[in-house]
Amino acid sequence: MNRIDRKFQQLRRKNKKVFIAFVTAGDPTLKTTEKLVFEFEHAGVDIVELGVPFSDPMADGPTIQAASQRALDGGVTVKKILQAVKNIRVKSQIPLVLMTYYNPVFHFGLEKFFRAAGQVGVDGIIVPDLPCEEAVSLMKAARKNRVATIFFLSPTTTKKRMKNIVRDSGGFIYYLSLTGVTGVRKGLPEGLLVHVRQAKRYAKKPICVGFGISTPAQVKSVARVADGVIVGSAIVNEIKKNLGKRNLVKNVSRFVRRLTNNV
Amino acid sequence: MNLPDRKGHFGEFGGKFVPETLMAALSDLEKVFYSLKSNKKFKAEFDFYLKEYAGRPTGLYHAKRLSAHLKRLKVYLKREDLLHTGAHKINNTLGQLLVARRMGKTRVIAETGAGQHGVATATAAALFNVQCDIYMGEEDIARQSLNVFRMRLLGAKVIPVKTGSKTLKDAMNEAMRDWVTNVHDTFYVIGTVAGPHPYPLMVREFQSVIGREARKQFITKENKLPDYLLACIGGGSNAMGLFYNFFNDKNVRMIGVEAAGLGLNTQKHAASLNKGEIGVLHGSKSSILQDSDGQIKIAHSIAAGLDYPGVGPEHAYYKKIGRAQYVCVTDQEAIAGLKLLSQTEGIIPALETAHAIAYLGKLAKRVRKNSSVIVCLSGRGDKDVTSIKDLV
Repeated sequence: MNRIDRKFQQLRRKNKKVFIAFVTAGDPTLKTTEKLVFEFEHAGVDIVELGVPFSDPMADGPTIQAASQRALDGGVTVKKILQAVKNIRVKSQIPLVLMTYYNPVFHFGLEKFFRAAGQVGVDGIIVPDLPCEEAVSLMKAARKNRVATIFFLSPTTTKKRMKNIVRDSGGFIYYLSLTGVTGVRKGLPEGLLVHVRQAKRYAKKPICVGFGISTPAQVKSVARVADGVIVGSAIVNEIKKNLGKRNLVKNVSRFVRRLTNNV
Repeated sequence: MNLPDRKGHFGEFGGKFVPETLMAALSDLEKVFYSLKSNKKFKAEFDFYLKEYAGRPTGLYHAKRLSAHLKRLKVYLKREDLLHTGAHKINNTLGQLLVARRMGKTRVIAETGAGQHGVATATAAALFNVQCDIYMGEEDIARQSLNVFRMRLLGAKVIPVKTGSKTLKDAMNEAMRDWVTNVHDTFYVIGTVAGPHPYPLMVREFQSVIGREARKQFITKENKLPDYLLACIGGGSNAMGLFYNFFNDKNVRMIGVEAAGLGLNTQKHAASLNKGEIGVLHGSKSSILQDSDGQIKIAHSIAAGLDYPGVGPEHAYYKKIGRAQYVCVTDQEAIAGLKLLSQTEGIIPALETAHAIAYLGKLAKRVRKNSSVIVCLSGRGDKDVTSIKDLV
């Protein structure tokens, strides 16, 4: 059982929900990212998603696009991110999931990438431009190295595909709250909670909801039905606001604490 | 050959690499497209618009003075530049708008580089009374201002893209983001034989009229098949349109001309097939310009329509199996090609097309005497006249 599964089991026993925080690795530096992960753990984050930046992030809105660009401008590479994970693992066993696009992983070499990822202590992988139909080789390499493959369910997913997505997903299933790209939205989409309940009944694997969730109130209402809540752009926005400030890590963690208090 | 397979693969290339939200839309599109492909009524309707509205068939013109200049090559020009809106792009947009209409979509979006696909989409959208938004990089907006004005005149909204290199690649990212957001009522009109399945297949289907006509016309005039086919390649739709119906004619050699920009040994080119590596961009696996970390490189070409770091997956496949050869021409050579055709035949080609013309000189040096070639004259150069007037 890997760290993600263990985390869900632990929290289920306590009747608690999982809070997942996303940051782009290397925004603004990898040292900062490492510190953020430690502080997030203290602030009640259960799983951290590390974004591996890609030059053409077609599933991301302006906030994460800009963060990816900042990280790339700072010279972040896949190798350096894996090294950062290794550094984090010295002090923390918090479940870590990499979120990236397919090309950086494919170009690195699937076998080579997952061997390294497994070794440094990556627990899961999310690739928004890789539907399970095209993921056969990736899944094979990931499983061999005990990295969970996390796939998406979207409001547009058909029943037929849902079956395969649930079958192929490990760790948890990423439920998209809306059709669209990442980014902060004013309200939760209509019907979301009903859809999540339906998916949960069907999936029998943990369902975590992400995209467009940013406020404590939104976290609270999603946590009522889902197994976990994912917040990304809102946290990245906080990082952006604190760029250049000495207490960036502290300020962002304080913001995250307000969110985790609501799961 | 019956490619792509049902999953959209051309050998190891192609496929469907898109966010989950788009998977249902692609499978709807697939279903509708496969059924329309063999639907007589749809074919008749498409043919009607190609003929009565766009101006097909286009001529296959024997360029005598250009041939005399080249000495060893008999050159025929497939005159796609004479189509309504001035390029081959209209073949595809009429087809896709007819599909969109069948699917009940009320809005279309498109990406554009040189603006030719944007204009062709805006034109078809006006014709079929559908709302139309076009994504275009800021840099391209600056160098193709005439086409921006045309799109606006046709009632389309041109949305400037300010991210990344501010060219075609970034316009495609933005169009994808729009599509994933508005997929319930929006149809994405992709302009080339790239993107996720079924787009490479669908665009090939609509553009293959070029080669179908050219093959017949050439046989009528020469009573044989041509020795060479020549076309410029950005994403590769005019080239695939010309090549496809000659695939089984083993003695017909196909040559695609990529943009070498400032030179292949510089970082400023758009030679995705010659200098790229296998990778995934904008929905399919193909040959892509990327760095050692799998980040997409910024392409460069004087021709906005070739300024793209990827290429259609079927071209990557043709290269892999050796069915077509892919060569390069620099910005400088392309300008010389533009002048050559203008002054020998009185035809000002688009800068994109000028790459194919420019390669004729190189080809003439290595062919047997009396060889023949069909060049896809994919577009006319009116759009480029202002941007190159200081360079010529």
